[in-house]
Amino acid sequence: MANSSLLTLTDCGLYCPAGDFHIDPWRPVERALITHSHADHARVGMKSYLTVSQGASILRARVGEDAAISTVAYGESIPLGDAHVSFHPAGHILGSSQIRVESRGQVWVVSGDYKIAVDATCEPFEPIRCHGFVTEATFALPIYRWKPQEDTFAEINQWWRANRAAGKASVLYGYALGKAQRMLAGIDPSIGPIFTHGAVERLTQIYRDAGVPLPPTHYAMSAGKKDFAGSLILAPPSANGSRWIRRFGDFSTALASGWMQIRGARRRRAIDRGFVLSDHADWPGLLNAIRATAAETIWVTHGQSEPLVRTLIEQGLDARAVQTEFEGELDEQAALPEADETADA
Amino acid sequence: MKQFAQLFDQMDATNKTNAKVAAMERYFLEAPPADSAWAVFFLCGGKLRAPVPMRLFRAWAIEVAEVPEWLFDDCYEAAGDFAEAAALLFPNPNATIEDDQPLADWVENRLAVLRALPEGEQKLLIFDSWNRLNARQRFVWNKLITGGFRVGVSKALVIRAISLASKIPEDVIAHRLMGDWAPSTSAWDQLRATDNTDATVSRPYPFCLAHPLQALPDSLGSVGNWLAEWKWDGIRAQVIRREGKAFIWSRGNELITERFPEIVELAASLPDGTVVDGELVGWQSDCVLPFADLQTRIGRTKLSKSILARVPVTLLAFDLLEFNREDIRGLPLRERRAMLESLGIRLSPAIHAASWEDLTSERLKARDLGSEGLMLKRLDSPYNVGREKGIWWKWKIDPYSVDAVLIYAQKGNGKRASLFTDYTFGVWSDSKLVPFAKAYSGLTDEEIRDVDRFIRQNTLEKFGPVSTVKPELVFEIAFEGIQQSTRHKSGVAVRFPRMARWRQDKRPEDADSIETVKALLEAS
Repeated sequence: MANSSLLTLTDCGLYCPAGDFHIDPWRPVERALITHSHADHARVGMKSYLTVSQGASILRARVGEDAAISTVAYGESIPLGDAHVSFHPAGHILGSSQIRVESRGQVWVVSGDYKIAVDATCEPFEPIRCHGFVTEATFALPIYRWKPQEDTFAEINQWWRANRAAGKASVLYGYALGKAQRMLAGIDPSIGPIFTHGAVERLTQIYRDAGVPLPPTHYAMSAGKKDFAGSLILAPPSANGSRWIRRFGDFSTALASGWMQIRGARRRRAIDRGFVLSDHADWPGLLNAIRATAAETIWVTHGQSEPLVRTLIEQGLDARAVQTEFEGELDEQAALPEADETADA
Repeated sequence: MKQFAQLFDQMDATNKTNAKVAAMERYFLEAPPADSAWAVFFLCGGKLRAPVPMRLFRAWAIEVAEVPEWLFDDCYEAAGDFAEAAALLFPNPNATIEDDQPLADWVENRLAVLRALPEGEQKLLIFDSWNRLNARQRFVWNKLITGGFRVGVSKALVIRAISLASKIPEDVIAHRLMGDWAPSTSAWDQLRATDNTDATVSRPYPFCLAHPLQALPDSLGSVGNWLAEWKWDGIRAQVIRREGKAFIWSRGNELITERFPEIVELAASLPDGTVVDGELVGWQSDCVLPFADLQTRIGRTKLSKSILARVPVTLLAFDLLEFNREDIRGLPLRERRAMLESLGIRLSPAIHAASWEDLTSERLKARDLGSEGLMLKRLDSPYNVGREKGIWWKWKIDPYSVDAVLIYAQKGNGKRASLFTDYTFGVWSDSKLVPFAKAYSGLTDEEIRDVDRFIRQNTLEKFGPVSTVKPELVFEIAFEGIQQSTRHKSGVAVRFPRMARWRQDKRPEDADSIETVKALLEAS
C-alpha cells in the first residue's frame, strides 16, 4: 500500500503504524479499535479493545467479561502514538462507528459497515471529510436500491396480520444484533404479542439498557407451553429449520435482509416471505457516502468490491480492493453464532 | 397484468404447495377464460418464440437503466435471472402504478406481435410496456419475454389446480394439456369440457414413471410377479400411429417426429391406432451406442446423411398404450406386453430369472450392454399416470466414484443466484490437477453455504464469472458412465456427475489421479 503510510494491511488486519493499533483485526493484536460488534469485526483474543461508549456492552457480550475494553465518546479525539483517532456514527447498529485517523496532516476514515437509511435504534451516519476512505461494498450493485423502510415495515405488519387472522404464528428471521432491534422499533406492536429467541432477547435487553425505546417482548422459552398463534417470533436466521422452531405450531416464516431483494436468495432458503431490510448502504447510498467524504483514495474491503472499485475508477478516483476477512451481511447465517442457541434448542 | 402479477406474487410468497395450488385455483375461477388459458401456458413452462432478439432486449434494458454494460452483466450474475436484473435496474423502482389490462391482451396484442415488428417499433412497444407497469408487473412482463417462468410449480400442480377449479379429473386435464396446446378462450373451455371424446390425433399419453429402488429387491415379493428389462440410457418416447400419421413425443412433452426419420418409417409399419412406449437409442451392429453419440444428433433439426449413418436410431419398445384404436392402459402389463410382442417390432428384451439372486447377477452385465441397470415392472399393473409408487422401479447399477479436488467455482442461477454452486473438480496428473468433471448437485444446503464461504475466502484468481479456488476441498464424485473424449482436457467425459459426499477427512493429495480414472474407462 505504497501510497499511504497511514494505514497498511497486515496478516492481522488494517494497521496504523503511526498509532500502533489495528482496526477490527481478525487475529490477536495488542490494541484493537472496534467499529462495531458483529462477529467479523469484533473478535475475541485482543489484548485491549477501544470502542465507542454506546457499543461497549454489546462488545463485552461478544468478546467476554474479562476483556480489557476502554471507551470514548462519539467525536472525542484521543491521541494514540503519533496519531489522533476519533469515532463517528456509522448508522449500522447501536454503537457502530467510523474510525477517523489523523497523522501529519493526513486523514483516513475506516467506516466498518454503514448505512445511510434511517434507523430508530442507532445514531445516524455522519459523513466525514478525509483523504482516504475505507468502505464496505456488501450491496454494491445497482440492483440493490432499498425501498423506504416504512414500506417494508408495512409489508411485515400486513403479513403478521394475515397470519394472525389465519390463526398462525409469524416467525421473522433477522440478525440477532441490530436487525432484530430495528424491526422491533419499526413494526406495529399492537398487532399481537412478540416473542424472542434467546440470542435476540439478550441483545434487545442491552439495547433497552442503553436507552433505546423498544416494545415489550417475551423470551419464547421463559415459561412452559404457550399458545403462539397470532404472535410474532423474532429469531436469528440460523433457527430456520431447527428443532427449536417446531414448538411454534402452525407458522409462516420470513427473513428480513438486503439479500431478499433477489428472488433466488429467498427461494433457495425454504422460507415463505422475504422482506428487504438491510443495515448496509445500498448502491446509491454507497456512492453518495463516498462522494460526501471528498476522499480521493478509496479502499474497498468486503462484498461486491469489483463493481464498486471499477465504478469509482471510472469516476476518476484512486480506488482499489483490499482483501480483508470481513463478511458484510451474511446471507446465510446469524451474526452471533455462539449466542446461546443450544440453551434454546 | 395486475391479476396475473398478483397470482405470481401469491405463489412466490409461499413455500407451501397447497397455498400455491389454492392461488392458482382462485385465479382460474376469477380470471377471464383467455387469461386462464395463457396462465396455464406460461405456468407449464410455455414460451412464445423469441418475441425480440435477446441481444436487443439486453441493449434496451441497459439503455433504460443507464448503467455501463459490464455493470449490467455483474447485476445479471448476482440476480441469476435476466428478467429480474432488468426489472430491478429500471429507474424509479418504487413508483406506484397499476395496470388493469387482462393478461390475454398483453400477450396477444403486445407479446405475440413483437416478433413481426421492425426493430424501432419493437423498442417503442417494449419501452411503452415498461412504463405502464409497476416493479413487480415489469418483472413478470420481462419473464414473459425471456421465458423460463419458474414459480416452484410443476405441470402436475397446475393440472391439480385446473382440476379443482373445473371439477374435471386430473388425468383428463393432463391428457388434454399434452401436445400442441394452443391457449385461447376456446382451448380453456375445451380443457374444462365435460364431454371426454376430444383426444386429437397427435396426442400422447402421460408417461408412467419409475422410482429408484432403494430397498433390496426381495422386498418386492416373488420375482415371478415382475417383468425385468434393461434400463436404457436414451430418449424415452411414445411412438404414435393414428389416421395414417406418425408422431413421436419425448417425455419432455416435445414433438420430435422430424428428428427421427428411422422411427417414422417404423411407425408406418404399425397398424392404425397404435401407441408404443419405449426408449430411442443409438443402435449399431445390434448394440446400443453410448448416450454421448446419440447426443450428437439430438440437437440438430437438419440431419445429414453422414450423421444418420454414424448414429442410426432404433426404438427399444417396452409398452403398448393404444391398440386397435383403443386405450389399453388399464389392462395389466402382462397382457399389454403380449400384444406388444405381436406387433413384431424390436423390443427391449425381457430378462428371465428364476430368483432375485439370478437377477442380481444378471444386473452386473448392465454396463457391458450399455445399460444403466434394470427396470422392474409389476406384471399385473396398469399403465399409470406419473410417478405412482410400487409399479415401476429402476434398479440402477452402482455408480462409479472418484475422489476429486474442487478447483473452479461459478455462481448458480435462479434459486442459487449469487451463491457459488457450480463446481469443477480436478484429479491429479503428475503434480497438477486437471479438470475432470463439473457437478452441481449432491450437497445439502448447509454444505453449499460452507463451501460458498470457503470459496469466497480462498479465491486465487477470477476469469470472468469463474473463480479459481485454492485446491483444498475433496469430494467424492459419483457418475454413471465414462467415455474417452478429445474435447475434455482430462481426455475423459463422464455422465451424470454429482457430489456423493464431501470428504472432509481427505486432503487434496489423497484425491485420485487421472490414471485411476482412465482405468475405469478400460473396465467399462
